[in-house]
Amino acid sequence: MWGSEKTGSQDWFRKNREFTTLPFVLVAVFILMSVLAQGRFLKGSNFQSMAFQLPEVGLFSLAMMITLLTGGINLSVITTANLSSIVTALIITRSCAPGDTGAYVTLVIMLAIAAALATSLVLGLINGVLIAHVGVSAILATLGTMTLYDGLGIAITRGYVISDFPKSFLSIGNGTIFGIPIALLIFGVCAYIMSVILSRKPYGLSVYMIGSNERATEFSGVNNKNVLMKTYLLSGFLSGVASVIMTSRFNSANAGYGSSYLLVTVLIAVLGGVDPFGGFGKVAGLVMALVILQFISSGLNLLGVTAFITISLWGTILIMVMGTNNYLEKRRFRQIKKYFAS
Amino acid sequence: MQVNMKGVGLGKKLLKRNEIYLFFVIIGLSIILSIFNPNFFTLENLFDILRSYSFMGILAVGLLVVLLSGGIDISFTANATVAQYVMAYLLVNNPEMSIFLAIFIPCTIGIVLGGINASLIYFLNAPPIIITIATLNVFFGVLQFISGGKWLYNFPVWFRNFSKITVIKLFNPEGIPYGLSILTIIWIAIILGTFFILKYTTLGRKIYAMGGNIEAAKRSGLNILQLQMFVYCFMGLFAGIASIIQALLAQTVAPNAIMGRELEIIAAVVLGGASLAGGSGSLIGTLLGVSLIAVISNGLTLMRVSSYWQKVFIGLIIIISVSVTALQRRAVARRVAVVDVGE
Repeated sequence: MWGSEKTGSQDWFRKNREFTTLPFVLVAVFILMSVLAQGRFLKGSNFQSMAFQLPEVGLFSLAMMITLLTGGINLSVITTANLSSIVTALIITRSCAPGDTGAYVTLVIMLAIAAALATSLVLGLINGVLIAHVGVSAILATLGTMTLYDGLGIAITRGYVISDFPKSFLSIGNGTIFGIPIALLIFGVCAYIMSVILSRKPYGLSVYMIGSNERATEFSGVNNKNVLMKTYLLSGFLSGVASVIMTSRFNSANAGYGSSYLLVTVLIAVLGGVDPFGGFGKVAGLVMALVILQFISSGLNLLGVTAFITISLWGTILIMVMGTNNYLEKRRFRQIKKYFAS
Repeated sequence: MQVNMKGVGLGKKLLKRNEIYLFFVIIGLSIILSIFNPNFFTLENLFDILRSYSFMGILAVGLLVVLLSGGIDISFTANATVAQYVMAYLLVNNPEMSIFLAIFIPCTIGIVLGGINASLIYFLNAPPIIITIATLNVFFGVLQFISGGKWLYNFPVWFRNFSKITVIKLFNPEGIPYGLSILTIIWIAIILGTFFILKYTTLGRKIYAMGGNIEAAKRSGLNILQLQMFVYCFMGLFAGIASIIQALLAQTVAPNAIMGRELEIIAAVVLGGASLAGGSGSLIGTLLGVSLIAVISNGLTLMRVSSYWQKVFIGLIIIISVSVTALQRRAVARRVAVVDVGE
């Protein structure tokens, strides 16, 4: 429908700005990697391994994104997940041996997952209270809690890795349903729910409003504190979900896992069109950015390029996207100017 | 005009109060620590802290200037790592290299990388936090790739001896000499130099103006490109200097030794009262912020707190001090109930 008339499509593109450059980048990267890696990239096994790697970072990026939208940031996403996963690991390893099966094990696993999610909610609540009620800036509050949660994780585990869980727990991160990884399904559900909440619910609108202008939002009758609390709870919860997948995929828990993901989540969100100062950004853009980065890292891995070149390539792509956006913005501005001049 | 003057006076007073408050926190902590361990409150320990924190302190000064200008730099650790690695590589392979070059090369690298940041930020019209996250990945990734993550050690003798130079020589009760390290002197010189630039040069005042309101600065004719170039190159220069100091302290150079410390240093500067929104912050505050983190880590070690619990305490103290500052600011805002839509 949106392609039927020119103004209509222009309007649609203006509202969905993440679709102006990202799809082209996505296709370009896909073609480039398929050509370079000659068939190895297009193999089903490659897609399956990408599908296993993507959900964790995806969930962390969603957890980061929701806070960025309100103009905040959550630096504690990774340490929240690690602390939750330590709780899970402790409950499971203290209650059953790796070889155990049966209803008892299922019950323990359910309990452990519930405990992980509850832990992540409590940690999110602490962030929320500090930011919404005490009034600490998000970057400082979460910098503090990041250190605290990390410290607690280290203090509990003494730096050791807790590992070896029953088989049925491992299937969350490693199992498939109809060939689709369970973890990917979980990520898909979370991403879909997030996008519905953000685009259809009053809470979502308030999130964007706070990100654009906090004070104006408050004066327009929105309970900012409430919205911010929900945001950091949600962010914590998403970290908790990621933690369950991570614990299961690695078959272990440790205070130091995934610390390199932190800046990557910001990178993915911003590459996906999220304004780091808040107010703009959609889940669809984030998912595209996530897939682009996954294509690049898997493709380069197949080509035998080290992970470090991949890291610097991510940075380069981010700079290029910022450059393209700037160019498009300027061109649009010129067009508007020309329109008013004539 | 008069109202404006009053506003400035009030702002200054509040700022001062914030720093004094931080000062009292540090004094209070120091007293508690010295009750538990008399070794804390000795000149020897003070000199030791001042020596080992000169690396962090120098980076914090550079970062303060960036924050004052309304920007932020995340990439300075990668910047320092690149500068340090190149210097160390050259030193290990040509031990005959002159001291001048060993200082000149990392500083130049720092400035050039800072210049790249500034150009990208200005010409792409992009948020500094994003550009510097991107360049952090680029600088670090390329370095890791080229170096293969190899550690470097076996530095020339003068390089090993340089870090041991002290200015004031004293002896502790056991007869072991200690003193004010040359590294601390470099740090102090950097603080004084930056203080002079910020306070007494038009350049310094322009940086504050740009941080306060970039649009207003633009319209009043300030050259934003020039200012941003200065600020990020300044940070780069300090990253270069700090990287030399870190190499002197550690005597080994690893591509991942400095990485990951960027947030800790940002925390120190912001704890010292610098605003992430730009335009406000002071060197004294920054110094106090670094001191707070230094006193906590050093104190916990002296109190024999298990190293597993140290991070918990550091996290708690960061949370408590930022919360108290936030609550205090709120209380002040309530007392001075002004309708100020601009803020």
